Amino acid sequence: MSAKTWREIPIGGDVVDAGNAVEYKTGSWRTFKPVWYPERCIHCLFCWLYCPEPAILVEDGKVVGIDYDFCKGCGICVKECPDKAHALELVREK
Amino acid sequence: MSKKMTEIRWHGRGGQGAKTAALLLAEAAIDVGKYAQAFPEYGPERTGAPVRAFTRIADAPIRLHSPIENPDTVVVLDPTLLDVVDVTEGLPSGGVVIINTSASKQEMAAKLRQQDQLRLYVIDATKLALETIGRPIPNTVMLGALVGATEVLPFDVLVEDLRDKFSKKFSPSIAEMNVEAVKRAYEEVKKA
Amino acid sequence: MGKVMALTGNEAVAEAMRQINPDVVAAYPITPQTELMHKFAEYHADGLVNTELVLVESEHSALSAVVGASAAGARAMTATSANGLALMWEIVYITASLRLPVVMAVVNRALSGPINIHCDHSDAMGCRDSGWLQLYSENSQEAYDNTIMAVRIAEHPDVLLPVMVTLDGFILSHTMERIDVLEDHEVRDFVGEYKPRRALLDVEHPFTVGPLDLTDYYFEHKRQQMEGMAHAEAVVEAVSREFGERFGRHYDTVEEYQLEDAEVAIVAMGSTAGTSKEVVDELRQAGEKVGLLKIRMFRPFPYDRIRNALRGKKAVAVLDRAVAFGSYGGPVYTDVRATFYGVSDAPVLVNYIYGLGGRDITPAHIRTAFDQLKSIARTGRVETLVGFLGLRD
Repeated sequence: MSAKTWREIPIGGDVVDAGNAVEYKTGSWRTFKPVWYPERCIHCLFCWLYCPEPAILVEDGKVVGIDYDFCKGCGICVKECPDKAHALELVREK
Repeated sequence: MSKKMTEIRWHGRGGQGAKTAALLLAEAAIDVGKYAQAFPEYGPERTGAPVRAFTRIADAPIRLHSPIENPDTVVVLDPTLLDVVDVTEGLPSGGVVIINTSASKQEMAAKLRQQDQLRLYVIDATKLALETIGRPIPNTVMLGALVGATEVLPFDVLVEDLRDKFSKKFSPSIAEMNVEAVKRAYEEVKKA
Repeated sequence: MGKVMALTGNEAVAEAMRQINPDVVAAYPITPQTELMHKFAEYHADGLVNTELVLVESEHSALSAVVGASAAGARAMTATSANGLALMWEIVYITASLRLPVVMAVVNRALSGPINIHCDHSDAMGCRDSGWLQLYSENSQEAYDNTIMAVRIAEHPDVLLPVMVTLDGFILSHTMERIDVLEDHEVRDFVGEYKPRRALLDVEHPFTVGPLDLTDYYFEHKRQQMEGMAHAEAVVEAVSREFGERFGRHYDTVEEYQLEDAEVAIVAMGSTAGTSKEVVDELRQAGEKVGLLKIRMFRPFPYDRIRNALRGKKAVAVLDRAVAFGSYGGPVYTDVRATFYGVSDAPVLVNYIYGLGGRDITPAHIRTAFDQLKSIARTGRVETLVGFLGLRD
């Protein structure tokens, strides 16, 4: 994406597209990646609660996956996943 | 400079109403369609300190925004100022000096630093104010004396303006006291 | 149409603000601005305006509140002087950068120190590069009129920059003068209803104000501000023209007074322009070819108008009521000099610093300046490039 000229951008630094963070895919920043094992998951939603992005996908109160477009691989979900469940593991990106 | 302008300097002590008098006169002039300016000299004023205020009146817009250096008329609200400041400073020959004092014209004349060709008026404005308004505030009294001595404004214009302003700001009875004070001062100066 | 009133400069601007009836006013008192906001607060207390009056704890907060209100979509105003303006400093730049059409009266007062409450232009001159337009007022009538026009100028879609209306502290702010006041409906009709380009309170169209703007776009946004400034001159001319047509009082970015056939001239701003006109008339009556160029709009600086007005004159003195320390002379002088770079028929340009900290400027001082100019015109010799009027030397 080439940057726009001064004639093409809103004045005053206004950001006029509300919620445009969705267009900025931060998933490419990742060096480690959380992998979710649904069969071990107890759906306590600690991962969803702590994820700063939020990149834990939830439907009807249950975890359904990870949004890798936005997950930066911080690993907090892995850290917070209860030991007895151990439904998330951090693996090195290839 | 077109000298169709009248310039007046007011000397008083902080609290005697020199600024108010300067403004009242300008307001009256503006109300009858003239142009006027009024401004006090701002310093570290406090009650009792010598203060000065100025009024300019003209038939055309006043573009000058400098201090008045050569007033046509000087009004002194407190005779003790004569020992402290040169109230005649910058007065041209034929200039008018009006002093609020219980002393005689001769006594006051002896105290003025500039003696030549001045038209000096004395009036006991404080006594007159006590008799009419009941308070020793000489400023409106001196407005009457000023108009009597100089006819800078038609006298009835001043009276109507004061009546209107004081009625709105205070009460009709206070307005009438002030009108009475101004009238007596005007007549006294006219007789002199 | 309208009425004649006896008002001080502060009261005249407060009267204009009452008639403009802004959505939000934030205020913090400072001499000599205090009685301006005092008067406006009185109007507010008496229910004569619909304004949300925000009484804050500092000038930094006053302008911050105004910026927030303006970004929310309100027509917002404030007023200050000297050290108050200095305390606003950070937000002064932010107002312009966010392109918020705020109008602020600056009652000119010397910046400390040593501490002084009287008039000079050092406060507003400190903001000359901040991205605000600056209109200087010769008298209180002009301060009143400028305040009304400033709203239209600031909000013009080609400009969208804040406007400072200045009036000389005490000399105008505390002097009673005759003011022709317009009817309320005339003012409201002239300024019109404010339609912000974006408003935070417009929840249907959410947007972000003042985001981080780093190496990628900050430069572009500054270039846009320059463009707003570049358009401002024509807008000031147009709004002033419309004001003149509607109300009969005519203003321009500069005023040429007896200048056309003048051999020597003075350049002045603010109340000194009026005093200078008196001296010009007096010298003209004595047959001398002297004139005055009054600068009403200092920012943006009307380079072409000033060059065209002064080119071919023999000698010109620029009066500055401020020092630009370490620079050539005063701030107006350096700009006037810049406009003549490479111009073949440039006049000899000298500078007089005057009136700092409220030092009186009298007709005699102006005559001294003209005497000096006439001597330069006659001999071609310049004794002093940067001189002083009223300084004990």
